[in-house]
Order: sequence, then structure tokens, then C-alpha cells
Amino acid sequence: MFPVPIEKTRPFTQISYKIALPISVILWLLPLAAIMLTSVRSMGDINAGNYWGLPTEWNIVENYTAVFQNTAMGQYLFNSIIITVPVAFFSVLLATLAGFALAKFKFKGNLAVLAMFIGGNFVPFQILMIPVRDLTIQLGMYDTIWALIIFHVAFQTGFCTLFMRNFIVGIPDELLESCRLDGASEWKIFRSIIIPLVRPALAALAVLIFTFVWNDYFWALVLVQSDEVRPITAGISALRGQWLASWNLLSAGSIVAALPPVIMFFVMQKHFIAGLTLGATKG
Amino acid sequence: MDAKYSKSWSERLTPWLFMAPAIFFFLVYVIYPIFQSISMSFYQWDGIGDKVFIGFQNYIDLGYDPQFWTSLWNNVLWLVFFMLAVPFGLGIALFLNQQVLGIRAVKSLFFFPFVISQVIIGIVFAWFYDPSYGLLQDILGIFGIDPIPILANEHLVTYGIIAAGLWPQIAYTMILYLTGLNNISPDQIEAARMDGAKGWSMLIHIIIPQLRPATFIAVVVTVIGALRSFDLVASMTAGGPYGSSSVLAFFMYEQSIFNYRMGYGAAIATVLFLIMLIYIAFFLWRMLKDERG
Repeated sequence: MFPVPIEKTRPFTQISYKIALPISVILWLLPLAAIMLTSVRSMGDINAGNYWGLPTEWNIVENYTAVFQNTAMGQYLFNSIIITVPVAFFSVLLATLAGFALAKFKFKGNLAVLAMFIGGNFVPFQILMIPVRDLTIQLGMYDTIWALIIFHVAFQTGFCTLFMRNFIVGIPDELLESCRLDGASEWKIFRSIIIPLVRPALAALAVLIFTFVWNDYFWALVLVQSDEVRPITAGISALRGQWLASWNLLSAGSIVAALPPVIMFFVMQKHFIAGLTLGATKG
Repeated sequence: MDAKYSKSWSERLTPWLFMAPAIFFFLVYVIYPIFQSISMSFYQWDGIGDKVFIGFQNYIDLGYDPQFWTSLWNNVLWLVFFMLAVPFGLGIALFLNQQVLGIRAVKSLFFFPFVISQVIIGIVFAWFYDPSYGLLQDILGIFGIDPIPILANEHLVTYGIIAAGLWPQIAYTMILYLTGLNNISPDQIEAARMDGAKGWSMLIHIIIPQLRPATFIAVVVTVIGALRSFDLVASMTAGGPYGSSSVLAFFMYEQSIFNYRMGYGAAIATVLFLIMLIYIAFFLWRMLKDERG
């Protein structure tokens, strides 16, 4: 293990390490702590310049209910959910199908298709913006949730396919061969062998995609515009203009918007990190 | 599979059927639009009326547009300073790579800024930098320095936004390095210790070379993050003051959506794409080299 395990060092180093650890966490999360403190303050505190002392009144309930009552925040949250969940499902589904083909079939063009998915995944969004926006308008989907769902499914399929392909490569060929000898069709092999074996990867991937899509801001600006369909990133950004000096409400709103992916991360931590670091150990 | 018998048509078709839906959506929404954008960059178009072919005129106009050069220069600054995420991530990973009580929770707390939307990060840091209320001013005040309105100062604004972007990015590189450190074989470290390696020389000669895969991914995601820097610029300053914090991604959006200059926007997007293409080509080349073994 590197660095040297702390329990093998001098007592002084050990104690300093144990003191440094919580201090470093506090420093690291300081900007966030500021927002959390601000979100429970009253306007009186904000106007009096009390930012770092304890709040004179704890307006937790007032501020957070104000966020939902006076704005379309509830609608934004709902929109984000009905956009993000289907995207996670469908992009993972398409990618599992394609990943199976890329991992377990030898055919001409295999690497070229893989390269297309990987390369496409890295392009800047702006090179897609005008044509995708036009296409969405032509299909009559501009300013509907379908505009975002379909685009995100298509785009995320690139990353997901690479991910699933790398996972399925690890499944031993003998398993598939023995089924083929029994006369099973490829579709049957996919359903009864591949799907059950890739379950852990599906979970990891779905959590990642949920987070990526939830946090998308660019396409939320480009493909939709009304409050009825706007996801929360674009929503909170629009509310900023309305809230100007009400930093307490803006902070509370920000925390509401950030919470779903944060909860998702803490609940599914192992899956999340496994998904994110795929490739950091090999390649 | 043996090459003795030639495959039937249906056998050859099978993989393509499995890939068909993914390829269809990806071609329609990702690959084809790239070419459409490039071709659109040779036209003048307001988004509604007729498209007029004007050759390289959009690119020539870009050359004379100071806003283009400002944005391009800011992209360079992003690329250079965003790279700090790599050594910082490694540093924090080394700091946290211990097995003391509660270390798992500490690692999670260090990592989780990464899952917060960049729009929220922008709000968090706008509050942090705020010249009259922000925490940064209070910290500066301790040292007797007057408040600095970072986001309103055209010389500092880009650095302020990059610093905000570094926060989640360091979290990301840190987690890559923690995983990398976890995968170094303990035998090798012990062997090096026997040979008397320790501290810095151990880090530089044994550990960092072993971490190469993690470093590669960390650099790739950081380059992409730097070139994709749209969300923070849009949500913190909208390119201001006076366009001084704009980057190509934001400049393109502004020109197309607000000024209805689609052809011009497409030309900016093409420039950004070509810069990214250098890295994409390099990454693909590395990946495919590994695939071929």
C-alpha cells in the first residue's frame, strides 16, 4: 500500500492525520455549507449581513415551502424525473443489445462501429445543436419532453454501448457455445444468459446515466422553453432572475435540485463508482 | 468460430440486428448532425429564411471577430488550468488512501460535488465570490485585503469560473486515482521498499508509472470537461462582463440562439469540433491499439 499505512507511522503523524482529516473535509465542503446555512435563513438575516453566524431564526420550513408554493419548482422536479427515468432505461437497453453484438460476434466493421460510439460520445454538443434542434422542430417535438428523452437516449447510447460491451466481453464464450450447440437462438441466449449476468452492470450504468441526464443544462436550454416541460436545471436558472436578492430561497431551491442525484449517489455508491472508474484500471 | 465453413446470410445479419436500434439513433442524432453542421458553416442562415452559400466567409468573419479570439483564448486557459485537476486529484487520493475509521465516509464526502449539477455549482460559487456577502471576501478580509468582485472583473472572471469547475473535476480525478492506487500490486510496492525506495522517489519511480491508466483517463475527461465548459459560463456570467469570460461553446450558443446567425454558429462549432477531434483521434488510436493487442 502507498503511502505507508498511517498505523505504521510515528504517533505524532498519526494524531496529525486524524486531526487533518476532518478539517480537510470541512474546508472542501465549505462552499456547500454556505449554501445550506443560507437556505434556512430569514430575509432579515440576509439584509442584516449575517451570513456566517447562526441564523437568528431557523426558517427551514418557511423557505422550503416557499420554494414549492411560489414557483414551478414542483413541476420542474416532476419534469426532470419523467425525462430522466425513461432515458436511463432505454439507453441501457439499446446499449446492452449493441454491446452484446460488439462483444460476442466477430464480423467485419466491429471495431469501426465501436469507434463510432466512442468517438461520437466525445463530440462537443454545439456541433450537434443546430441540426438536432431543426430535426426536433420538424418532428413536431420541440418544447415537449420527447425532444429531450429521444436526444438523450440517442446520445447516451454511445457511452453505454462501450460500457456494456466491455462488461460482456468478460463473460466466457464457452457458456454461449454450449447453448448454441443445444440449438438456442441468439435472441434466446441474449435473454436467458446475457441479461441475468449483466444485472450488476445495468444498475451501475443506469445510476450514472440518471445523474448525467438529470444534470444536463445545455439541451434543456436548446430543446424546450416552457415551464410545463423544463427540467430542473433550466428551471432553477430561470428562477435566479426572479429571486435576485433572495439568496435564501435561491439556496433552498438549489439544494432541492441537487438532492436527487446526491441521494442516488449515496444509496448506490458502489455501483456509481464502479461505473465511473471503468477503464481507469485497464486500457 | 472456425473459418472452414462460410457463414450463412442470417448468421452475418444477427449482430447487425442487435445493433440496429442503437446505430439508428446514434447516426440520426449524433453522427449525421456533425456533417450537417460542418456543411451549414458554409452558408448564411437566420434559422427561418433561405440558406445562402457563402463559401469560407463565416470563417473569414471569425478571424476578424475579437469575440472569437477572446473565446478561443479562454478555451486555452480552460485547457491549461483545468489540468490542475489531475495533480490535485492525485494529491487528495494519496492523502485519503488510508484505512482509518470513517475513511469511506470521508472519501464519499470528497467525491460528491461531482454529482451536483454544474448549474448549482455555478450558484454555489457565485455566492462564494459575491463581493458584498461572499465567504471569499470574509477570508480575504482576515488578511486585510479589500473585497475583489471576481465575476465582475474582466481579467479575473475566467479564472474564477475555472476554479469553480475544478471543484467537481478534482473530485472526479481523485476517485480515478483512488481506484488506481487500489489496483497497484502490494508485492511490487514491498519489493521497492526492500530496495530502499520511499517517499518521493517511490512516488515518482514506482507509483506514478503504475498509475498510468488512471492518469490517461483523468487527462481525457479533464480535456473534454475543459472544452465542454458551457454550463458554468452560462450560469455564472453568461459570458460577461462584456464577453470577457465567453468560451467557444457559449459563443456558439449566443450567436445561433440570440443573434440568429446559424451559419456563423455552425462555423464556431466546427472550430471547436476540430480542436476536440485531435483528442478524440488520439483517444481512439490508444483504445483501438489496446483492442488489437
